[in-house]
Parts: sequence; C-alpha cells; structure tokens
Amino acid sequence: MNWRDTLVPFYTALPLCGAFLIPMVSRKVRWFADFFAILILTLLVAGCGALFGHQQVYTFGNWPAPYGIVLVLDPLSWLLLFLVNLIGLMAAIFSVPYIERLYTSKLRYCSLFLLMIAGMNGMVLTGDLFNLFVFMEIATIASYALVGFGCEARELEASFKYLVIGTIGSSFILLAIALLYGKTATLNMADIARQIAPLQSDPLVLFSFVLCLVGFFIKAAVVPFHAWLPDAHPSAPSPVSAMLSGVVIKAVGVYALVRLVFNVFGFSHLTGQILVGAGILSMMVGVILAVNQWDFKRLLAYHSVSQIGYVILGIGLGTPLGIAGGLFHLFNHSLFKSLLFLDSGSVEYETGTRDLNRMGDLAQKMPVTSLSTLVASLSISGIPPFNGFWSKLLIILACVQAGRPGAALWAVAGSILTLSSFTKVLRYAFFGRGQKFDEASWKEYREVPVLMLVPTIFLALLCLAASILAAGGEHGFFGDATGVLLRGAGSYITTVLGGQG
Amino acid sequence: MMYALCFMVFLVGLYGVSCKKNIVKIILGVVIMEYALNLFLVLLGYRRGGIPPILDRSMETTQFASQAVDPLPQALVLTSIVIGLGTLSLMVAIAIRLYERYGTFDVTEIRKLKG
Repeated sequence: MNWRDTLVPFYTALPLCGAFLIPMVSRKVRWFADFFAILILTLLVAGCGALFGHQQVYTFGNWPAPYGIVLVLDPLSWLLLFLVNLIGLMAAIFSVPYIERLYTSKLRYCSLFLLMIAGMNGMVLTGDLFNLFVFMEIATIASYALVGFGCEARELEASFKYLVIGTIGSSFILLAIALLYGKTATLNMADIARQIAPLQSDPLVLFSFVLCLVGFFIKAAVVPFHAWLPDAHPSAPSPVSAMLSGVVIKAVGVYALVRLVFNVFGFSHLTGQILVGAGILSMMVGVILAVNQWDFKRLLAYHSVSQIGYVILGIGLGTPLGIAGGLFHLFNHSLFKSLLFLDSGSVEYETGTRDLNRMGDLAQKMPVTSLSTLVASLSISGIPPFNGFWSKLLIILACVQAGRPGAALWAVAGSILTLSSFTKVLRYAFFGRGQKFDEASWKEYREVPVLMLVPTIFLALLCLAASILAAGGEHGFFGDATGVLLRGAGSYITTVLGGQG
Repeated sequence: MMYALCFMVFLVGLYGVSCKKNIVKIILGVVIMEYALNLFLVLLGYRRGGIPPILDRSMETTQFASQAVDPLPQALVLTSIVIGLGTLSLMVAIAIRLYERYGTFDVTEIRKLKG
C-alpha cells in the first residue's frame, strides 16, 4: 500500500479532531486555538500537494464498494479539496487578528471553523449518498452558527433566514435520497448510477432528480433560490464570508450538483438547458442587483450569485471547453472572491464601516489592501491578464462553439456590469474622491497587521499566477477534472466499483 | 398509501415554513417536515410481519432474506434524527436571541436587512 493511499481519511479526521480538541485545550492555553487550526490546515494543504494527480477509492474497514462506505478521490474531488483547504488556511491566518479585535470567543470560532472544513472535505470526497447528506449538514450547521456569530440583531436575522431556507433544501435532498434508496436499495453513488441508468424516464427517478436539483440550487444560491445569500454572507465575520462565498456554495452546492447530474443521473440535453437557463438568470439578476448596493460586503455577496451563474452556465453547456471553463471559473472565483471579502474585512477592521458612501481615499492609508482589492476587482471583472479574464473567455468561447451566441452575449453583458460596479467600489472606497471620514479617526488609520496582509498578498499573487492554468483549454490543468464529468456515469462506476461496472 | 400520507405531512410542514409569519410556527413547520422524512425513511425498511434482521444459526439464509426487515433505513433514520436535533436546537437558540433583540416573533417585523 502506497503511503499516499492512507492520506485521504485524514481530511475529515484531522479537522474533526481539531474541532473537539480546541475547546478542551484552549481554555488553559490561549494561543492553542489559532495555532492548532492553522497547523491542521497547513498539513492538509501540503497533503493536497502530495495527492495531486492521485486517484483512489478508500474503503472504510475494508468493506468492498457497494456495501461499505467509500471515499473517492478523483481529479474533480482533488480540485475542490485543494480549494477548500487553501482558502480555509488563508481565512484562518486572517482570522487571528480579526476575530481578536472584533469578536469575543476565539475558541468557539476556531472550533466551528474546523467543523465546517471537515464537513466540506468529507462532502467532496465521499462516494456514498447518505454520507454526502451527513457531511453537508455538518458543514452547513457550522456555517449557520458562524453567520450568526456576532449575535447582533442583523446577524441573527440573516442566520435564521439562512437556516430555514437551508433546512428546506436539505429536506428536499434527503427526500430524494430516500426515494432513490427505495428504488435501488443502495446508497453507493456509483451503484445507484448503475441501477438507474436503464430507468431514465421512470417517474420516481425523475422526481428525485428534480428534488436534488432544487435542493442543491438552494445550497448554491442559483437565482430563483438566492434570497438567503445576500443576507447571510455579509453578516458573517469577514474570513467566514470569504469561506462561504469562496468555497461553501461551491463545495456544498455546485460540486454536489454536478457530481450528481453528470456522474449519477447522467447528463441529458434537457438538464443542460435547465442549467444554462439558471446560469444566465443568476448571472444577470445577481449583477443587476449588485450595481446599486452601497454596503461593501452586500455588493460582493450579490456578485457571488452572479459569478456562480457563470460557473453553472459553463458546466451546463456540457461541451469539453464549457466544463473546463466552468471549473476554471469556479477555481478563480474562489481565489478572487475570498480575496475581496478579506479586503472588505481589512477595511472594516480599520475603519469600522462597510458603507461605501462613508469611505474614500483609503489607498493613502492602506496601500497594500487597496492594491490587492484592485487586483481582485480586475480579475472578477475579466480584465486581462488576470485569471477571471481567461475563464470568462473560455466560457464565452464555449458558448459560441456550442451554438449559443445568445448566452455568450449575456455573459459579456454581465461582465461589463460587473466591471462598472467594481469601478464604483474602487472609486468610492480606495482611490480619488477625497476621504469622507472625520479628521480625528482618519489620522489613526493605518495598514492592517501583517497576519492579515499575508493571505491577501498571497491570494492576489495567485490571481495573477492562475492565468497560466488557462493554457491548453480543455486539455490543460482542468482537463482531468473535466474528463471525470464528461465521461459521465459509466467511467465513475468503473472507477468506484472496479470491473463490475 | 402510507407513502402518500407521509408526503402530505411533508407538504403540511412546507406550508408551515413558507406561509406562517410566527417564528415558532416556522420552526414547528421545519420539525414536521423532518418528522415526515424520518417516517418515510423508516417505512422504506418496513415489512409486514418481518423479523429482526439478526441471523442466527437455526435460520436458512434465503428464508432470512425474504423475511427480515431492512436494517439500513433504521440506521439512516437515527442519523437523520440527530441532525434534526442539531438544527432544531440551533434554530430555537437563534429564535430566543431574536426575541431578545426585536421583542417580537413576527417575521414581518424582523426586517433590518434589505436591498
């Protein structure tokens, strides 16, 4: 047995251990919470490096695939795993000074944070449908609690809204799982895929498919179901907003959705139509609502809705280039959206406000933060040479290639509106216009502590570096992950169950 | 028949969540929805006149397989009850805090977030 084969279960085990150890130890040793969280996440990111290109099926307790629970690591899972732990690490480093100053209970925060990571890691790795549900609930319950972490009126309101809508989504998903279990008497995703392959038009299968689709659309905040996101994401502490927008809606929503659509239910033309339609709708609605927001974080949250639309649109095209573009955009969006949320956190940390009207000229006092916001804004608006440009380009090209010039046009229009709203952010908060703070506090402002700068600088550099990954289009870096989706249920069954498929 | 009733209970819960204005009633709606699901899961494994899924030496394997109830949904339902408990306690805790802040349980009056 290769030493790399033993790494996979640690992705849920380590953060779970951390989540329960931290409250016990940190009462005595105060620095332990931060230190331990960062240590665990560093180890996991390093592990991702070692697992690159690795593919395996890990069976718990050596029970073979259709009977026992399996963890499946393939290129698509790896991509999400890497993102979750990387952004998690950045957010954890950022939290050290941020939570210290603006919030109270460090150890509860770190514990919930690790719980959320554990849930998402489990979710992207598991090959068992009920297991997927359990990990999803671990991740989302931790995130409900983190959204309401400040315990102020607005935060509680947002958290309650998120909780109720999220629970409806989870119930739909659980109902779909129960129906599928009733139909196939198995919970292994590959085995289900094998058994429902001949039953494509069976009403029960179709009904559970629709339930899954709605459930994960709610989790991913795709437009008709997006109402909770613009409340929930800005109300959380900034590093948590970075996690929520950067990875939670992707790991919990988009990943699970595409995994089920492509590898379990099988991709069909109609499904593609639904995904493309939903993608265009959230792309446009999200960005139009974003343009006239004055709350910095709320504006960013609406852009998350819009950018998830791009991802869904790209993947929904179902062509190699479209899927590659969608996954690339998912990757890029994690980087620049978490960077933007971290920057908004820096601004709030220093000035105590999120209202764009009351800011101005912060570039003089916080040069590094302004520069990284500039990089992230240019990336999200799709300006070359930043990564957002390349992924949007791939998606637009794929739209044209798939014979949908209309969709391409919408994508371009969405991109222009994105640019206009980020011009507003840059102008009102950072550059020009003269400052709008009162003189006494203006003198006090300075750049945020180093621990908050390190993650932002690193993410800004990654935004630039990730452009290289565009090389090769559907045969490049995202080629393997695209292949997993493109080859559909058949190859997933072979991967998980071996030759029996 | 039983399944249809389960589904109706689920819809009752969904109605409660989406149409009621009182937070406590919304929470009850969520609980009803979860219970309908749990009932449905347990019913999936039910078999009239079934025997406990424990194989002892005196039993034939084929006879066992044709009579025993399916143990898996019972394990699932336990997990799902625990998850429901977690969600419910968090919801109630948030509801109490909301009442402290806003002095009301009416969702139409809890509207500081908009835009």
